[in-house]
Amino acid sequence: MNDVRIITGNEAAAQAVKLAKPGVIAAYPITPQTSLAELLSEYVERGELKAEYVRVESEHSSLTVCISASTVGARVFTATSSNGLLYMHEQLHWASGSRLPVVMCCVNRGVGAPWSIFNDQQDSFSQRDTGWIQIYCRDNQEILDTIIQAYRIAEEVYIPVMVCYDGFILSHTMMPVDIPDAGVVKKFLPSYKPHTVLSPDDPKTINPVFFATRRENSEGVLCDGYMDMRHKLQSAFKKSGEIIKTASEEWAKMTGRDHGGLIWEYMTEDAELILTGMGSIATEATLAADALRAEGIRAGVVGIRTYRPFPKEEVVQAFKKATAIAVFEKCISYGYEGGVCSDLKAAFYGTDIKAPIHSYIAGLGGRDVKTGEIVDAARTTLESIKSGKTENKTIWLNCYSD
Amino acid sequence: MHDNIFKINEKEYILPGSRACQGCGLSLAYRYILKALRENTIVAIPPSCLCVLHGLYPTTSTIIPALNTTFASNAASASGIVAGLKALNKTDITVLALSGDGGTYDIGIQSLSGAAERNTDFIFACYDNEGYMNTGTQRSGSTPMGALTTTTPVLTKQEPKKDFLKIMEAHHLPYLATVSPAYPVDLYDKFVKAKRIRGTRYIHIDTPCPPGWGFPTRDTVKIGKLAVETGLFVLFEIEKGRFRFTGRSKAMAEKGKLLPLTNYLNKQERFRKMSIEQLGTLQMSVNNRWNEYLKRAEG
Repeated sequence: MNDVRIITGNEAAAQAVKLAKPGVIAAYPITPQTSLAELLSEYVERGELKAEYVRVESEHSSLTVCISASTVGARVFTATSSNGLLYMHEQLHWASGSRLPVVMCCVNRGVGAPWSIFNDQQDSFSQRDTGWIQIYCRDNQEILDTIIQAYRIAEEVYIPVMVCYDGFILSHTMMPVDIPDAGVVKKFLPSYKPHTVLSPDDPKTINPVFFATRRENSEGVLCDGYMDMRHKLQSAFKKSGEIIKTASEEWAKMTGRDHGGLIWEYMTEDAELILTGMGSIATEATLAADALRAEGIRAGVVGIRTYRPFPKEEVVQAFKKATAIAVFEKCISYGYEGGVCSDLKAAFYGTDIKAPIHSYIAGLGGRDVKTGEIVDAARTTLESIKSGKTENKTIWLNCYSD
Repeated sequence: MHDNIFKINEKEYILPGSRACQGCGLSLAYRYILKALRENTIVAIPPSCLCVLHGLYPTTSTIIPALNTTFASNAASASGIVAGLKALNKTDITVLALSGDGGTYDIGIQSLSGAAERNTDFIFACYDNEGYMNTGTQRSGSTPMGALTTTTPVLTKQEPKKDFLKIMEAHHLPYLATVSPAYPVDLYDKFVKAKRIRGTRYIHIDTPCPPGWGFPTRDTVKIGKLAVETGLFVLFEIEKGRFRFTGRSKAMAEKGKLLPLTNYLNKQERFRKMSIEQLGTLQMSVNNRWNEYLKRAEG
């Protein structure tokens, strides 16, 4: 019988971590991640999860603890939000540069200054280029399933995975979540095999200074320079897309739950207007698509589940019939436009996709994004494009400006 | 392996050809640290002189497992090694985090304080060469008053050296000790002792630096000895709160007195612009601290 519980996104994440059985957990509390850090410490203290929980003094240290514990061969977990993630910044690079399969939840929250404890995705978006796989979840079930998939992905391709979900909207909202059986998880997730083990059995200096050029070792074998190591990370990213898809498909076979590997689609087969985004705003867009269809507008939704590696081929395929595109983003690259919008345009370059793209910057610092607002925005986009206007534009949704 | 007269492990863990500077106080200290801790040890390394000593990929001058990490994070990195080993039931490995004074007093203080407060089961050793020597002798929180550095190039450092031993003692550690590579047997004995103790052990290493301090490379041991004989650096250990002089400092406490500071200062280029007032202040603080230690040793 299925074990379905009505739980918050943070509890769904904690349940997933318990099932993945990391040997080491290190976390520093920050709103809205806090209850996840608390739940995990409770599981450990009650003996429900056998792990070393290091109650660090900062996020910089929480990720460092995970990096080093992973290097000696332990599976690890950490979680954070907002400025906590930014404080980890140099360690994010260190984890991916070390090719360590760290799994981390980023409970998305706006970034200061000024302070906001509420949701947007500027935190993880601003860490896009740190060499982590980023997966955005749209509901609490997906959070649980994605964390388990994340370990399998990370440990196969040796790239750390950031599982991102919207603060409060998911982290503190209760939904029914099916908790899989431990046996299913064990079958899906093999034990962690590190690529290099830090151990007195085989003394090595790990991550010393590299030269730009390749150098010979004591046996005369040419070894990688810094740039060659970087290229290996990029090559691993290239093959990670298939691994993410396979993990998603196999999980779907075992549990019946398919969240899409790199992207998911909702009523896109005949869609003239495609709405897109990451996380819960894309879920909201599916309700908007329903409302638009009720008005006779053929609308669909493409959810970007995996943001890095960016699913170039998948989005080209999914958007090829669209005549209008509206991106709803909770983040922006200041001085340019929304990041997903830029990436879509780059993916479409040289293809037959010529649909104008309207980028809606929405929901920053927790400003509510109602289905009706998405419907209105989408309708405006479609009418503008139908009237022959071909320019791409950025619109701040529901934002006051003088 | 047979013992020599000092019962010091004869195995070498630093091979010839290390990238440390000629006369490096750290390389001398590190040689004896590794001899004391032996094979079953993992070292955590921040970007520093120690990172340079370990060599450039794909070769290294050391035969010890070592993990490089970022500047601020060495104690946290060691915490992660300790936690990971514990999770894997490997409980017989000594974890040593070895940072310079920058990675201890300044950018590293947060993660060190956190790890020490959690009584993480590791040795944290600070090789204190009193400045950012790896980047070329800039001022640190450990640079003494009156020293020239490349960021106090005209006026000398105006503030006194941070009293880091007091900061670490405030963490209620099971073991705290000071050592100098000029006295390798004392250094060796303290690391052997520290290896047997559980919890956070802090060892402070006075580390003469020929290029940074401005003395001939042949004088590293001489300068290290003068630091102790003038009382500027005192050899002691604090075990479960109990203070005890050791080695040369013990002999000096029992009989004899401190040499004048000028014997130490005038052999180093970095103090050539030190004012009379600064000298007076420094001499007074050395005398006061020495008297404090004498009182503590009495009990």
